[in-house]
Amino acid sequence: MAETKEMKKVLFGPILDNNPIALQVLGVCSALAITTKLETALVMALALTSVTAFSNLFISLIRKQIPSSVRIIIQMTIIASLVIVVDQILKAVAYDIAKELSVFVGLIITNCIVMGRAEAYAMKSPPFMSFLDGIGNGLGYSFVLIVIGTIKELFGFGTILGFEILPLVQNDGWYQGNGLLILPFSSFILIGGLIWFIRTIRPEQVEPKE
Amino acid sequence: MSDKKKETLGGTIGVVVAVCLVCSVVVSGAAVGLREMQQTNAANDKRSNILQAAGLETTAECDVPCTFNKFVTERFVDLETGEYVEVEEDFDMYKAAKEDKYSVKVENSNVGFQRRSSVASVYLIKNEGNEVSRIVLPVHGSGLWDLMYGFLAIDADGNTVRELVYYQQKETPGLGGEVQNPSWKAKWDGKKLFKDGDVAIQVKKNAGSNNDYAVDALSGATLTSNGVQNTLTYWLGENGFGPYLKNQTWKS
Repeated sequence: MAETKEMKKVLFGPILDNNPIALQVLGVCSALAITTKLETALVMALALTSVTAFSNLFISLIRKQIPSSVRIIIQMTIIASLVIVVDQILKAVAYDIAKELSVFVGLIITNCIVMGRAEAYAMKSPPFMSFLDGIGNGLGYSFVLIVIGTIKELFGFGTILGFEILPLVQNDGWYQGNGLLILPFSSFILIGGLIWFIRTIRPEQVEPKE
Repeated sequence: MSDKKKETLGGTIGVVVAVCLVCSVVVSGAAVGLREMQQTNAANDKRSNILQAAGLETTAECDVPCTFNKFVTERFVDLETGEYVEVEEDFDMYKAAKEDKYSVKVENSNVGFQRRSSVASVYLIKNEGNEVSRIVLPVHGSGLWDLMYGFLAIDADGNTVRELVYYQQKETPGLGGEVQNPSWKAKWDGKKLFKDGDVAIQVKKNAGSNNDYAVDALSGATLTSNGVQNTLTYWLGENGFGPYLKNQTWKS
């Protein structure tokens, strides 16, 4: 039973208790850029989750063979290859969304979450647990992206996933879209708010005063 | 494998080479294997924008390539004379604009690019009776942030606008990005381009819906609206599709 418990912790822990964005403040850059619409946020979350999961899996599989002097480069090679594959697949099956995400899929390579998990977890753990850890951290990232994406799309454009919720003034409705929320940097404020919220319900995450 | 062995020079190089080999096979496999699907997607994306400008709808039985082949004919126009010309198989007017041999310099215009192709694509939309019902012209020009690419669809009289569809632009979402808003695009339907042979269409404030020669500018996006104006002025003028539209080449 201890193992299932451990698996649960690895898989769901990163959503609230150990969220890569909210607690570790990693991978914020992409979270700023692609959350204007929920749909792109969802695809980005999916792309990042699969890259993290598989890079963790492959790195963990060969962790005993990786010489420590070149380990970062080998991790990068594997991550970069996976990202290119994901990018190619997106272009082939979801062309419209791939067009909107443009460079940000490629920039998953530089996302600190992927690299961070490979170095911190996959190098020391067996393949299956590493895979779960990748999915878990992907879920944590997805959770933040979905929350931010929903808020930004709803109050910025009055829609959710393209469906009209608040009719905009431009389309003869009553809702004046919030222009600030459409811009990428408004995610700073929202992520800040989210971190505040999570630390309020989980006070143990608050860093001790120096 | 012991810790000592994997830290040797030979071991390190061996692992690195092996990882690189596997990764490069995977990456090139994905790139080659999916290339066909990607190219089809890119082509269909362009076609569906042309169909949108043409006012044609795809049905379940007849998807984008099918509808496109049924109603749309691509022709190539020498912009200087306005006559049709033949071009090489994989001609692309945006690629041709980058080569001095196939392009001319843009002068006396603030449309926002330096050179344009001397030959341009046009898309003729034919109805069931095989008559040209609409002409779709590719247009582009700079907006606030970057070049905006679109299709202008006009009636067979060469004067009445039906659609202005922007398919690639980087304007501010919610402000300039509203060039893609359906309610703004609807304002173009029925507007006239030329008055006494001169380009008369204007994008201006408080244009009102009764003015045949003016379309309301986008609020909060003056520079984008100016960009649309410059784009149309250039492409409909003497240096753009002007000669082609005057000759009404599609009727002969």
